[in-house]
Amino acid sequence: MASKNINILVKIWRQNGPLAQGAFEEHALKDISTDMSFLEMIDVLNEWLTRKGLEPIAFDHDCREGICGMCGAMVNGTAHGPDKETTLCQLHMRRFKDGDTIVIEPFRTQGFPIVKDLIIDRSALDRIIAAGGFVSVNTGSPQDGNTILIPQHVAEQAMDAAACIGCGACAAACPNGSAMLFASAKVSQLALLPQGQQEAKKRAINMVLQMDKDGFGNCSNHRECENVCPKGITIRNIARLNREFMKGSFAIDH
Amino acid sequence: MQLDSKIPEGPLAEKWDKCRFSNKLVNPANKRKYEVIIVGTGLAGASAAATLAELGYNVKSFCIQDSPRRAHSIAAQGGINAAKNYQGDGDSIFRLFYDTVKGGDFRAREANVYRLAQVSNNIIDQCVAQGVPFAREYGGTLANRSFGGAQVSRTFYARGQTGQQLLLGAYSAMMRQVATGKVQMYTRREMMDVVVVDGVARGIVCRNLITGEIEKYSAHAVVLATGGYGNVYFLSTNAMASNVTASWRAYKRGAGFANPCYVQIHPTCIPVHGDYQSKLTLMSESLRNDGRVWVPKKAGDTRKASDIPMDERDYYLERKYPSFGNLVPRDVASRNAKEMCDAGLGVGETGLGVYLDFSDAIKRDGLDVIMRKYGNLFQMYEKIVDTDPAKEPMMIYPAVHYTMGGLWVDYHLMTTLPGLYATGECNFSDHGANRLGASALMQGLADGYFVLPYTIGNYLATVAPTPTDTNDAAFDQSVEMVKDQTEKLMKNTRSGKGKETVDHYHRELGKVMWDNCGMARNAEGLKTAINKIPEIRAEFWENVTVPGSGQELNQSLERAGRVADFLEFAELLAKDALAREESCGGHFREESQTDEHEAKRDDENFSHVSVWEYKGEGTEPVMHKEPLTFENVTPSQRSYK
Repeated sequence: MASKNINILVKIWRQNGPLAQGAFEEHALKDISTDMSFLEMIDVLNEWLTRKGLEPIAFDHDCREGICGMCGAMVNGTAHGPDKETTLCQLHMRRFKDGDTIVIEPFRTQGFPIVKDLIIDRSALDRIIAAGGFVSVNTGSPQDGNTILIPQHVAEQAMDAAACIGCGACAAACPNGSAMLFASAKVSQLALLPQGQQEAKKRAINMVLQMDKDGFGNCSNHRECENVCPKGITIRNIARLNREFMKGSFAIDH
Repeated sequence: MQLDSKIPEGPLAEKWDKCRFSNKLVNPANKRKYEVIIVGTGLAGASAAATLAELGYNVKSFCIQDSPRRAHSIAAQGGINAAKNYQGDGDSIFRLFYDTVKGGDFRAREANVYRLAQVSNNIIDQCVAQGVPFAREYGGTLANRSFGGAQVSRTFYARGQTGQQLLLGAYSAMMRQVATGKVQMYTRREMMDVVVVDGVARGIVCRNLITGEIEKYSAHAVVLATGGYGNVYFLSTNAMASNVTASWRAYKRGAGFANPCYVQIHPTCIPVHGDYQSKLTLMSESLRNDGRVWVPKKAGDTRKASDIPMDERDYYLERKYPSFGNLVPRDVASRNAKEMCDAGLGVGETGLGVYLDFSDAIKRDGLDVIMRKYGNLFQMYEKIVDTDPAKEPMMIYPAVHYTMGGLWVDYHLMTTLPGLYATGECNFSDHGANRLGASALMQGLADGYFVLPYTIGNYLATVAPTPTDTNDAAFDQSVEMVKDQTEKLMKNTRSGKGKETVDHYHRELGKVMWDNCGMARNAEGLKTAINKIPEIRAEFWENVTVPGSGQELNQSLERAGRVADFLEFAELLAKDALAREESCGGHFREESQTDEHEAKRDDENFSHVSVWEYKGEGTEPVMHKEPLTFENVTPSQRSYK
């Protein structure tokens, strides 16, 4: 863990509201420790702005452990920055060199209106889940957990899909602004498990319809989504979503 | 303040049945006439929202994040306990109960803990039915692992992301109710006050974090599921936005605050590495199943870990606690790490770290097996520290992680303010002075799925099912109070007097708390803290600068409000720690230790819950005691040797 300090130039997007005109703002930052996380670098910038009496940059973040899905921005054009399978909060400044220029802007896609600076409105993702991303089982006394046997490899595949953190990087990276990777992760998790079968026919269709309503595009296999997904979710899930959607469309009993 | 715990009479195993039978019921047709506010959408809040809506109640659910799925329960890694005894290794409801009471150092209520153990099995069944992808054996049965403080394997898990999967289960159950209209979801709202009308909780006041507007919401009952207060230490494993504000405002409105000094300091976190550090990262306790904790035997040994021969390493947990070894409870593991570092045996650049070494486990089981269990944790560690735990031992150090103290609640989870409930980490009820690993998820879901939905009906049945509104003057008074506070927080910026940032004061408070009220406490240090905290608070109000305005999205203002409350709450925490002159669980008073430096309880004088009552600004709070009686276990000196 050899730490050193670097100087960087940050070009960061400022926008005071959904309808306001936005623009890049430039800040030269000195002596940034390479052990810092990317968000800690923004903290340092914000502390400096605050002391100057200027407004700090608004950005979403919470757990800073790469699991809550709250943070995210485009860093030099890539969602969550240059590291594979890494959320913005887990990106560290050791990834950058002295003298680098770093361009930071919000996730941009029709489904995610900008709220302020880097903060976006991702409530569409909640609406997609509300449309069918669940198993309809009321709290009560279900059967013993071990009466539903699930082979280990199936449970593992379901877990691979369930690992989605709902950050929205997939939609932001997609040239079509599609949230298919997000929706397909939930559809896949439940399609793989016996618990999800009863509602399988409706689920895919309802979630896709909601996605359309919220202004997301369709998938045309660019694979940009899986390239930026911090949890390594693959587009195989999209193939499964398409199968589920087709199966549902041909079903006559729902 | 009356402390009636409302624990049913009769044998331990029958208490919960008795309670459920004696509870009044709300007729199904009337349930739709009641409204319940639930603040927080973590495990305790989301599970309660989903379940109450399924029962027919109208739920208003609030969270500070942009989506209810982001509550900090999501970051829990290791697992969730249940007394299923699937492994046939001697587990039972009584053993889970006993381990939890003992792990909590005999400072929790027997009846609450027993109920927790009873419903633990239902939680697993419920989550499996929801499609939570728990780890499985090859044959398809549920897998288990062991956790600190237990000698049976009763922990269910989903890789190192158990909290995430359980929360997404509860979240999706809640979103299903959002779609039916039974749950009204309010995101990006921060609760600023509980509104009390005629002595009962009838609503809340929130700040809309997007517009800055102060909003009023009414209901027949209010539930706080707002998590713990670990961020009073500034650096902790809590999420950045985790705060004490909701509990603290409830306290100021008449809810007793219990055992604020019980703070859990988790032994396996990534050590602090710089002044700019914003938070600490936990490495799941499950790592202690296969990792061995050690330090060099010689102080100041700067050799690389791999260059230190076996006989020059001190595997101190295995040496001191042969029967539990590396799986001693968290408080014991943390204190021992501190002791080693205080003796100059710590490792790493700062000397504040110990090794957690997987080389033996990798030799024994192969890298594949170890990576399957801990792969994501190894990756997370490597991203932060830039070394690979498969090649070099991890360096770990204790960090503030969980708070056992919280709002006092009776057996029904109601606070001392009628109509106000507290569930999950924000109440004090089940973990005593120390929480066992994998028990937080269990308690959050027990409260939300299986306790509150039964007990809240007993209260609602006594409230008229008439529509609620926010017309009472108490709502406007709360709004005015919140606006006044905002005004006060912004005044230094307008006058140009404000010099320091919110974080500056938060850091300063955190340092005082960690130094004087951390892993080991003594009267002198605590008195220092009690003197220093008001000084920092006064300076904060004089000098803090908060840019922007109150009528817009303003993250500096959000943080300022939270830190203002931490600055008040910290003093109560220190006072509670000073009053409790014994050591118990996570609360270690240097004046009270055995010859072997283990925590020494004083059951004669301190077998009680300390419950603090707010008496107004500038007036000393009053402490009440709820005596703890043990009829089914005999409090003993905890031994993990």
